[in-house]
Amino acid sequence: MLCDHCGQNEAIIHLTQIVDNQMSTFHLCESCAAEKGLQPGADTGNFPLSDFLAQVGKGVPEGISAGGPCAFCGLTLEEFRKSGRLGCSHCYVTFETNLKTLLRRLHGGTQHVGKVYLPPDPTRAEAQERLAGLRRKLDRAVENEDFERAAQIRDLIRTLEGAL
Amino acid sequence: MFEHASLSDFGLAWLEASGPYADIVLSTRVRLARNLQRHAFSARIREPEREQIFSEVRRASDLTELKGGISLDLAGLSQLSRRILLERHLISRELAGEDGESAPTRGAGLLVGPRDTLGAMINEEDHLRLQALLSGLRLRDAFQRVDRLDEELGTQLPFAYHHEYGYLTSCPTNVGTGLRASILIHLPGLVLTKEIGKVLHGISQVGLTFRGLYGEGSEVVGNFFQISNQTTLGKSEEDLIDHLEKIVAQVIRHELDARKVLLRDAPAVIEDKIWRAYGLLRYARSLSFDEVMNLLSGVRLGVSLNLLSGLRVYTLNKIMIYAQNAHLEQAAVRRLTDAECDVHRAAYVRRTLATEGEVAGEGPVS
Repeated sequence: MLCDHCGQNEAIIHLTQIVDNQMSTFHLCESCAAEKGLQPGADTGNFPLSDFLAQVGKGVPEGISAGGPCAFCGLTLEEFRKSGRLGCSHCYVTFETNLKTLLRRLHGGTQHVGKVYLPPDPTRAEAQERLAGLRRKLDRAVENEDFERAAQIRDLIRTLEGAL
Repeated sequence: MFEHASLSDFGLAWLEASGPYADIVLSTRVRLARNLQRHAFSARIREPEREQIFSEVRRASDLTELKGGISLDLAGLSQLSRRILLERHLISRELAGEDGESAPTRGAGLLVGPRDTLGAMINEEDHLRLQALLSGLRLRDAFQRVDRLDEELGTQLPFAYHHEYGYLTSCPTNVGTGLRASILIHLPGLVLTKEIGKVLHGISQVGLTFRGLYGEGSEVVGNFFQISNQTTLGKSEEDLIDHLEKIVAQVIRHELDARKVLLRDAPAVIEDKIWRAYGLLRYARSLSFDEVMNLLSGVRLGVSLNLLSGLRVYTLNKIMIYAQNAHLEQAAVRRLTDAECDVHRAAYVRRTLATEGEVAGEGPVS
């Protein structure tokens, strides 16, 4: 399999991510992966992966390293194992590999399908994502013949569409 | 202000016994766990930041349904007040500072809206624990109220959210929706017919969990069980609520069936049990809290089966709260020893039942 980025070398790194319930996988060769800061097993201090992820869809917070301790709060994997509590939201990315296994065991999956959060000053993409979530909720309310709820959600959709 | 006038029945609207199945389902609670971006979670946050979060949330809450309600800085409250809030199920042990005995950390706060049923714990395990607490079985209603509050706060405060994992929480068991819906249900029929084990096993097989009266790690007293969703990620809020509602409806059906069996097979035994429970509550001179809860369970069953008339479910709910130690100490205006508590408790229960007037019984036997 050839690298998705340069299209020349053999891909050795396979990165899978899920956005909007759509799973996508990227295949990269060693040099392109290195260019993006992806080195198998290496703990990279600066993190160009965030740039890569931003290009293909969603970003991760800056300054995150792959294996911990968490660059933001200093939590180590050992401490997390002991307390069962994460130190900050960046920990979800820092300890992603371990967490995914844990989340699958706890919840049966890793993809949130509930309410899509709209932050105070949303980007266009965030607003679109939220609209998709609201439409799912609207369908569901109509299906359940909960028309009062459906009307509330419809109003939210209209307000958001108006703002876009 | 709180310590005097407003304490009397603050935060107790959920006792009113007004919702559907209120004789069986004491209360419905739906909570959403939320954290603010740019701050570490509670376990690793610095004290000044905790206070900053409290004031940010307090300010934001003025533009929500919580406006005009009560805001409490727990570190500034007396130990007795904190224990009272704990006994009213308004704050957790963690927020109260270990059973209300040691001091809570700075920034620990409680907001309760003017309608008494909606509130938020601040700087608990998560920065925010928004909750709606209603009487009876009202899961959708409770969810919609807390959902609206979440909307109102979320447009002002940036919440920690990840496109894959959803709302980020301190403990991975809450991540995703951050939603925990729970009902407090009275199941004496299933306990007496020894069917409860099967039902609880069934519950744990379908992604739900059960606990005692005070949540995690607490014991089951008075045949009260808390049933709640176990998972929070991978299902929508509505699915989690609907699933719990469906299962609770089944549990209620099983409970009603068990009561029918009891009345059919052992009417005299049941009637005797209920009247003995009432008699002890009405005349005993010293009662431990667990004893009160177990006797109340019998009386509640009697009211529910129409074997006792003239007693309101509301009165029974009220006794569950006001017959606890901190409430008794508050009424006595001094600290009480355990033995004194038992005496004060029995006196309170006697007085309360006496004000209900004559209780009549039209049993299956009499």
